[in-house]
Amino acid sequence: MAAKKLNIKDKYRLLTRDLDWEFSYQDRNKAFPFEEFEGIKITDWSKWEDPFRLTMDAYWKYQAEKERKLYAIFDAFAQNNGQLNISDPRYVNALKIFLTGVSPLEYQAFQGFAHTGRQFGGVGARVACQMQSIDELRHVQTQVHAMSHYNKFFDGLQDWSHMHDRVWYLSVPKSFFNDARAAGPFEFMVAIGFSFEYVLTNLLFVPFMSGAAYNGDMATVTFGFSAQSDEARHMTLGLEVIKFLLEQHEDNVPIVQRWIDKWFWRGTRLLTIVSMMMDYMLPNKVMSWKEAWEVYFEEAGGALFKDLARYGIRMPKYADIIEKEKEHVSHQAWWTFYTHGHAAGFHTWIPTDEELDWLSEKYPDTFDKYYRPRWELAKEMEAKGERFYTKALPQLCTTCQIPMLFTEMDDPTQISYRDSIYKGDRYHFCSDGCKDIFDDEPEKFVQSWLPVHQIFQGNCGGPDVEDILRDYYQMNVGVDNMDIKGSPDEERWKKWKGVA
Amino acid sequence: MPVQAITPDYAGDIKDRVENFHGNQIVYVGWDHHLMFCAAFAYPLPPETPFRTLLEEVMPEGFSLHPEWDRIDWDQATWLLDGEPFTPQLDVALKDQGVGHKSLLRFQTPNLKGYQDAGV
Amino acid sequence: MSKVYIALQDNDESRYIVEAIEEDNSEATVIHMPAMIRIEAENFLAVKRETVEEKMGRDWDVQELHVNLITLGGNVDEDDDQLTLTWNE
Repeated sequence: MAAKKLNIKDKYRLLTRDLDWEFSYQDRNKAFPFEEFEGIKITDWSKWEDPFRLTMDAYWKYQAEKERKLYAIFDAFAQNNGQLNISDPRYVNALKIFLTGVSPLEYQAFQGFAHTGRQFGGVGARVACQMQSIDELRHVQTQVHAMSHYNKFFDGLQDWSHMHDRVWYLSVPKSFFNDARAAGPFEFMVAIGFSFEYVLTNLLFVPFMSGAAYNGDMATVTFGFSAQSDEARHMTLGLEVIKFLLEQHEDNVPIVQRWIDKWFWRGTRLLTIVSMMMDYMLPNKVMSWKEAWEVYFEEAGGALFKDLARYGIRMPKYADIIEKEKEHVSHQAWWTFYTHGHAAGFHTWIPTDEELDWLSEKYPDTFDKYYRPRWELAKEMEAKGERFYTKALPQLCTTCQIPMLFTEMDDPTQISYRDSIYKGDRYHFCSDGCKDIFDDEPEKFVQSWLPVHQIFQGNCGGPDVEDILRDYYQMNVGVDNMDIKGSPDEERWKKWKGVA
Repeated sequence: MPVQAITPDYAGDIKDRVENFHGNQIVYVGWDHHLMFCAAFAYPLPPETPFRTLLEEVMPEGFSLHPEWDRIDWDQATWLLDGEPFTPQLDVALKDQGVGHKSLLRFQTPNLKGYQDAGV
Repeated sequence: MSKVYIALQDNDESRYIVEAIEEDNSEATVIHMPAMIRIEAENFLAVKRETVEEKMGRDWDVQELHVNLITLGGNVDEDDDQLTLTWNE
């Protein structure tokens, strides 16, 4: 008699749940020492649901298939000189940010999920975290492979891992993940599994990757979508974690709400850099940051929080501020990088007149009023041969570590300043959201490694900015940084294209 | 609870304590409604620095790139120190007029509205 | 009412999956974007194995969906016959 094929529910039960064991001669609490200190109460791990019911054998089968497809495209891209088919060499600068700022986060996620998975007492959650951990490792590998091709033809991609640990603006993504990984396993899951994966990564991996395709970058869109196919599973895991925690014990509700408030705010701040990649760094436009935000944050996030309302969970705190900021953040961020273009590991530029008009059209209430004049000033200075580079170092927010560039939403020409005193020292924040996070756990955030202060303490070499860039950041000064105009990237592109 | 930690009585290492700055303290200076500069500037200065040195020798390098800098009438300008109204005494040391480590100084020039009067 | 959604890579296999989704979910909206196809519907969407198999003309395992999937939104339930997305209101 032929063996009967198991249905996926039975297979999941046999190959996942039934692999667990009871602790007969060891103390269970010692096996899972991180499970209780955050105050989360778990009464029954068997109530954990994995809606995809993916078992390890099926996992390997489908992941292998995804990899085969992906690497076939990488090969074709490289063999056909795909770098020549991108829309404009300015586009590659978004990839430089991606490789130095995002790919190392995939590695941090791999480490974080490996640790977190080990700490959960329930086997369903452990297996799901193990799969996600392996996924994240795959993401960093495929991203490095995809972008290694660009490294042969463009500057600024040579030392991404070294830069991630040192460069001033990269402390923003690095510290975000360090914060999550230094938390307990349940906060990590709410931070990364839920807040980040469910709502925020979509904004990077869906509209931005669609934009990569529209700018002729088949390698990036392919790793992006291949990674995001794993994210669909991660999003589902993130949502299951939340529902599981809320159903286990009513005491978990306020803890989870506090983490949601913290991590949606932190995630929103982190995405500031993606906003400018969308609005300023994609020469061929798919949609504006504001439009992407409306679809993936407001619509998708709104639906999610309506669904969670039955547990007593409300929208993240400061959602009203977040809604207003979509009109401003991309412009404020790109201006910051433009004016610090001498200290960035990628090129910056003034948007073309067509691009300025596109921004006016997409941001009718804010762009001409607040942001076009900045570009008029930049143009005026550039025409005089005085391309504007800021000559002093900026004040940073203690929590998100971003320069204090955000403005009051009811007064968009005024920087938003907040501060707290803790143990006699003053700490500065860009927003109420970042201040609340500090005030909640000051002993954590007094340890913020703020790049500007580290420079002043003499921990980054120097004393001049150029010494720091060259010796500490390992940038090729005069090659990787400065305006795209006159850069080696631009000169090579013109030569390839036969343009004078 | 000042931190959610598995270690009892966990205390963080204060990275930006004034002792770490080799005799300097950090002072931030921002020009309100002038967003040509994306953020306030941070300066490491000896606490004994007279205010005049900050204003006349430290600030111009960064701020003077602004087309309105030369038109500032400093007698008309107003200041905030850590959010409170403040009148600088030019020949008094920073530390002797309440400008401490990581203090924020903001100045306002109400007659100057920024490039194209747009707060830039 | 809230929208559930699914996005697939724009390729030959997805074409059949999208056709199947359209047939089984008459209210669904299909949006074509560069390199991807997004399908959204109010509160409920189902991807049914039987319909996809009919469109493809071959056996199809619901878990094969992962190969072409980009993202989704909604509570997921998957078994041997279908994957569904729902929001509870």
